[in-house]
Amino acid sequence: MGFLLFLVILVAAWQGCYWIGVDLLGLWKPYAMPSPVGVAQSFLQLCEDGELFQATANSLLRGISGYVIAVIIGVILGLLINRSRYLQKNLKPLVLGIQTLPSVCWVPFSILWFGLSTQAILFVVVMGAAFSIAISVDNAIKNVQPIYTKAALTLGATKKQLYLYVILPACLPELVTGMKQGWSFAWRALMAGEVMTTSIGLGQTLIMGRDLADINQVMLVMLVIVLVGIIIDKCIFSIAEQRILKKRGLTGGN
Amino acid sequence: MSLILQGLCKRFDNSEKDTLHEIDLEVKSGEFVCIVGASGCGKSTLLNLVAGLERPTDGKVLLDGKEITGPGSDRTVMFQEHGLFPWLSVAENVKFGMKLAGVSKEQQEQKAKHYLEMVNLWDYRDYPIHQVSGGMRQRTALARSLTMESKVLLMDEPFSALDKQTSNRLREELQRIWMETKQTILFITHSVEEAVYLADRVVVLSPNTGKVAEVVTVELKRPRHVYAPEFVELRHKILEEVRGEAV
Repeated sequence: MGFLLFLVILVAAWQGCYWIGVDLLGLWKPYAMPSPVGVAQSFLQLCEDGELFQATANSLLRGISGYVIAVIIGVILGLLINRSRYLQKNLKPLVLGIQTLPSVCWVPFSILWFGLSTQAILFVVVMGAAFSIAISVDNAIKNVQPIYTKAALTLGATKKQLYLYVILPACLPELVTGMKQGWSFAWRALMAGEVMTTSIGLGQTLIMGRDLADINQVMLVMLVIVLVGIIIDKCIFSIAEQRILKKRGLTGGN
Repeated sequence: MSLILQGLCKRFDNSEKDTLHEIDLEVKSGEFVCIVGASGCGKSTLLNLVAGLERPTDGKVLLDGKEITGPGSDRTVMFQEHGLFPWLSVAENVKFGMKLAGVSKEQQEQKAKHYLEMVNLWDYRDYPIHQVSGGMRQRTALARSLTMESKVLLMDEPFSALDKQTSNRLREELQRIWMETKQTILFITHSVEEAVYLADRVVVLSPNTGKVAEVVTVELKRPRHVYAPEFVELRHKILEEVRGEAV
């Protein structure tokens, strides 16, 4: 409830600033400054022709498929780095380096290799998220307490059983945190990819707003991007995290 | 069952001398052997070598004539920090080793019940690990080890992280369980009292030489009482030995 009130105050303050700065004093140009009312109008308009819904659905679908591919690649890469001392020493620093590369840097490559297609966008998403996932998989396995491994081995665990029944559940909390971070990287990379290409999606709707000099549409799309990011985080990753931690008695209360 | 340690040596990479030096020891079937020594004498290293968690620099450990090269369920270890899995309940932890070995579900249930009752934890079977006390955790770990019915059960100071009262209660229970099961046990402890209370034989390790300083056979009748004069006398004698060997 408190948060809702805060949002109302924020929107009111925004509208107030707009009213004073644009309408009253003329400090800012109306085409450069969005207003809550303008964003709401833009929202209604884009909802009416279904464009906003279509764009959000497209982006989500792309984001999720790119993320799934990134998880698969990231987990395999992370396991390889974890298993091989050679890769740990030589490849990991490189992966760490690539991880810091902003995903927009992959756009030129993706366009050259895949054209202005969905694959090009997926490529950017995968590049944006896979390396961070690989690093977190490696770290999660490394942080498994040695006592668990020792206990399992003296209870007769084979290598396969050790990974399946001990290492995987033991590193689950950290793994979910890594996956969550991977998703936020994927979602950001998706926008970088969509802005550059021409297929329908939130990134494209945002650029369209710019081309039409419709700052309210730009603002609206930004809000939708944030909202989708929050919803996925809260509804999937945070709930999973909470459940796992609670089951192990690692949270205080509730 | 026969467990034989033959000229066992262990030297760590960063060390000038052997932590363990030419240890010879034989543990007989059904015997309860305690290893005591001042801290740093290599007690835990010895246990890790038998468990197969570490490799000896020289010499070997033979179980039923076969040299030990790695960890296995015929030498289950009970650790100081329980080593239970926090994502499993008490009963699931107890069944874990049997699950790995592919024991049928019914038999898992049956054995888990048997051993959980033995350690008085049957009522707590569905509790998550984080909701039971330290003593209960160690009892869960004990039940888990017992289900393996290992040739020899290795125990690495299993009660030393507990408070005195709980630790005393647990060693009473362990004595009772050992008398019931006649499980062969190799037990590491820094407490001479604990060793005299539990063991058939007490092996004193010397931190100076890394060798066995003395082996004392405890002939006191079970159940033993720590205030009995013979107990106190023997405890004192071994304690002097341990102190004498300490640096």
